[in-house]
Amino acid sequence: MQNHVLDYMDQIVKKCPDKVAFANEKEGLTFREVYEQTRSVGTFLHRRGIYKEPVIVFMNKHPKTIAAFFGVIDGGCFYVPIDEQMPVSRINLILENVKPRLMICDTKTIKKAESFETDAEAVLYEDIAYLEPDVAALQEIRDKAIDTDPIYIVFTSGSTGVPKGVAACHRSVLDYIEQLSEVLQFDENTVFGNQTPLYFDACLKELYPTLKFGATTYLIPKGYFMMPIKLVEFLNEKKINTICWVVSALTMISSLQTFEKVIPKYLKTVAFGSEVFPVKQFNLWKTTLPETDFVNLYGPTEGTGMCCYYRADRLFEEGESIPIGRPFKNTEILLLDENNKPADMGELCIRGTSVTLGYYNNPEKTAENFVQNPLNPAYPELIYRTGDIASRNENGELIFVSRKDYQIKHMGHRIELGEIEANVNVLEGIKTCACVYSKTDEKIVLYYVGEKDKAEVIKELREKLPRYMLPNELVTLESMLFTPNGKIDRKALLAMYEETCISQ
Amino acid sequence: MEQLLEILSDLHPDVDFEECDTLIDDGILDSFDIVSLISEINEEFDVVISAEHITPENFNSAEDLYALIERLEEE
Repeated sequence: MQNHVLDYMDQIVKKCPDKVAFANEKEGLTFREVYEQTRSVGTFLHRRGIYKEPVIVFMNKHPKTIAAFFGVIDGGCFYVPIDEQMPVSRINLILENVKPRLMICDTKTIKKAESFETDAEAVLYEDIAYLEPDVAALQEIRDKAIDTDPIYIVFTSGSTGVPKGVAACHRSVLDYIEQLSEVLQFDENTVFGNQTPLYFDACLKELYPTLKFGATTYLIPKGYFMMPIKLVEFLNEKKINTICWVVSALTMISSLQTFEKVIPKYLKTVAFGSEVFPVKQFNLWKTTLPETDFVNLYGPTEGTGMCCYYRADRLFEEGESIPIGRPFKNTEILLLDENNKPADMGELCIRGTSVTLGYYNNPEKTAENFVQNPLNPAYPELIYRTGDIASRNENGELIFVSRKDYQIKHMGHRIELGEIEANVNVLEGIKTCACVYSKTDEKIVLYYVGEKDKAEVIKELREKLPRYMLPNELVTLESMLFTPNGKIDRKALLAMYEETCISQ
Repeated sequence: MEQLLEILSDLHPDVDFEECDTLIDDGILDSFDIVSLISEINEEFDVVISAEHITPENFNSAEDLYALIERLEEE
């Protein structure tokens, strides 16, 4: 039985060594090159005595970054990707959490890495990627591997202001890749066009199926997602037939009338998720590409990527929402009410192999969300509570209803409004603040009381928060609005914003 | 031009849009900014910016963008 994600690689490198595995707009790596570099990085870790521990990968989006991930796994460790766009203060929080001994960098990031608050040594990928492999040592590491060993940690927004690191193991990733590949029908002719950053779990959809089938993944430059015509031309030029993108990347194309100028010619599968797809834009895609399969995917990072799917094989009426559908095989979705009883509408909870290991070095937060299945008092069995409220329609399909808390989805990113507030509250000159999210115009609105100038607030926040978490609108208040029992009145703030700012 | 600068500084209060001419090249504007800019320009100036106009040349500075709006107004 396969118990290691790199078994995919060992198989495929024998089958199609010279095919391009991962490429960007300029250059690519073949399966043989990926394999050799992976083995070299694994050998390097072994020589340094780094084993069963987190290794930071701090590299720009590039085919070699992916080989670095695999190399870390080959050395019996787990990769922790961080990105140059992340503010240094956030990176320092991550480093404090994982306490790494080693950071793999590229020539562009290594200087910045040396300024981090850590004892970890920074090495250049180029210096460790072309060594002679230690065959015996790598084999011994592989023989000792267990499929419940972690392979990566990715960080998501945390409501207290500290990001949480979700750790996932071989087994849950293998389960995910097998189920996803079946649903989306990947094969050796699949050509992926990757949109999502490599520092989230979203890119699992392309990385591991590429190894499993000997497919090819193109990493699409971020800038193309501003230039819709150039983007579609790139899809056509590379004959990309499969895309798994956030909704906002798809609506950017359709809402700007791109299809009047140029149409994607090879797309067989369009998977989307992380956000609600506006029906008008979805119908535009569906009408333009009637032969293409459109699949809505749903799932939190804590459930290893995605765990539910829905084939959107028809047009939708205005006001109708596209269901999140059914769980993948080998996953069960429970809807639980406040008393932990099964309900028609309730908190969506995940049961199965896809449930990840928990939050790294964070037993308190892990215990809050990874809990004993309340329907099973007989033996230990963890489920993950997503905090999403869902219901079932008359066909038994799951429908997303709302959030239990202040977590939002904005441009495909999962954000805790509390994390933004925690970072605003510590700025000098801020008395109090509150964040709300206006779904009407998709903006994060920050209300604050204090002497500070708006430009100053944004400037200082830029050093603390990733760009997608920066408030889009800032409003100063004489005093904060409170509910009768003394809590910040977010409903009133949101109503105030939607009345005054949007109608203007 | 005043109107446009106002729209831009609402988007990024901390950027000097009169000086900066690398809005795209330096990643100051992202795809979300572009989408909101287009809808606000549509409201304020009554011109439609479509996919073919979205190039770095047209969006790298406030001046370039204003020139695009003027061209579209003449059409």
